[in-house]
Amino acid sequence: MDLQALRLSLWLATLTTLALVLLGLPLAHWLATTRSRLRFAVEAVVALPIVLPPTVLGFYLLVGLAPRTAAGRGFEALLGHPFPFSFAGLLVASVLYSLPFAVQPFAAALSGVDRRLVEAAHTLGASPLATFFRVTLPLAWHGVLAGAVLAFAHTLGEFGVVLMVGGNVPGETRTLSIALFEQVEALDYAAANRTAAFLLAASFLVLVAVHALQQRRFPRWDAR
Amino acid sequence: MRYLMLLLAVLAGPARAVAERQPLAVAAAANLKPALDELVQAFQASRPEATVRVTYGASGAFFAQIRSGAPLDLFFSADREYPQKLVEAGLAQGEVVYAIGRLAVWVPARSRLDLERRGLAALADPAVRKVALANPALAPYGRAAEAALRAAGVLDAVRPKLVLGTSVAQAAQFALTGAADAALLPRSLASAPELAAAGRSVPVPDALSAPIEQSAVVLGAAHAPALARDLLAFVRGAEGRRILARHGYALP
Repeated sequence: MDLQALRLSLWLATLTTLALVLLGLPLAHWLATTRSRLRFAVEAVVALPIVLPPTVLGFYLLVGLAPRTAAGRGFEALLGHPFPFSFAGLLVASVLYSLPFAVQPFAAALSGVDRRLVEAAHTLGASPLATFFRVTLPLAWHGVLAGAVLAFAHTLGEFGVVLMVGGNVPGETRTLSIALFEQVEALDYAAANRTAAFLLAASFLVLVAVHALQQRRFPRWDAR
Repeated sequence: MRYLMLLLAVLAGPARAVAERQPLAVAAAANLKPALDELVQAFQASRPEATVRVTYGASGAFFAQIRSGAPLDLFFSADREYPQKLVEAGLAQGEVVYAIGRLAVWVPARSRLDLERRGLAALADPAVRKVALANPALAPYGRAAEAALRAAGVLDAVRPKLVLGTSVAQAAQFALTGAADAALLPRSLASAPELAAAGRSVPVPDALSAPIEQSAVVLGAAHAPALARDLLAFVRGAEGRRILARHGYALP
């Protein structure tokens, strides 16, 4: 197997998951608690990557963030290099692409937390932030973990977007799924088989973990 | 039950119509897109009953698909190696060279790169950050481009800048969107209207890249082998040669 591609894919999935936890939790919390009418629009935007072909996202990222556009120049000023064909570019694309796979389980878990416990914390004088970290998150953590694991796995299997904006640069944008595509096209079925079997096994294990997390009743925070 | 029958009848209608008038399925190397679109149009003008459906992509990818039994009639490759291998494997016959391709460097109109004077060495310039070419593992023009960079003595300097398209078409698209600063493309593609309008191209000297002989085969699995042979004969005939020459190909 292409170990460089494996390392790259794992690193990309890890960073994407971290970014999605940091960005996705506040967003999911807002979605779970807001009464704003904007909620439905935001929910739809978050869910878009589920139904959109990855090529749509890839095409708009390539055209919209190319070095000659304003957004592309902004990206370049921020990172010191253009968006396409770079690891940072893939990271941004992956965060967008895997957004629903993290935010939807996050929001479901957060909205499943008993309002009364949250309100009790407020009446006892806990700040909103303290309430979130000491009451809401501990009660919702299995959903948050499931979302993070799903985002990780989804990023590991990302193909269409990377094909469109990656450019197949070894060590930079040649992820495992791109390496597999190239192995198949080049008729190297033995190597393709190793890569495909790894991705299959990894995906299966991740789904087993997600289902275990979603079904098992975890010990209550107050019982420990 | 009656509704089910009705539904089946509705669904079967179009399916039958398709089976009766199945188009000639052609797979062609991406470098041929501008020329073959025109060739097929001219062919259909003389044969109105024929419908031709062309899919463009990397020759290596089509080779793999044909070996796995893709239902195709005719295959225009970007080299001779893939068609010859198909003939050897008993999957095709009558391998013939239909065109001889050459390379060009294409840069967007705003590029100030002095390709005319410096040639391929200009690609080592720090102003060039990404150079697009077709994946050498999959596309003959990608291999030719890599060989030309090596022959010009700049491959090591340019290698970190290389971005690989799955075919010459994707390499062209990388440069056309401005994502890459230059692309090594077949001359036929570099002079296609979309690219000619958005930039300029400079031919890669023949000393650096040997002319690329492109051959075609009629596939053993063809359902309309006669029509496939007719199209191939048209491409190699007087009108076909005229069109190919206009798109920057040399002729066998």
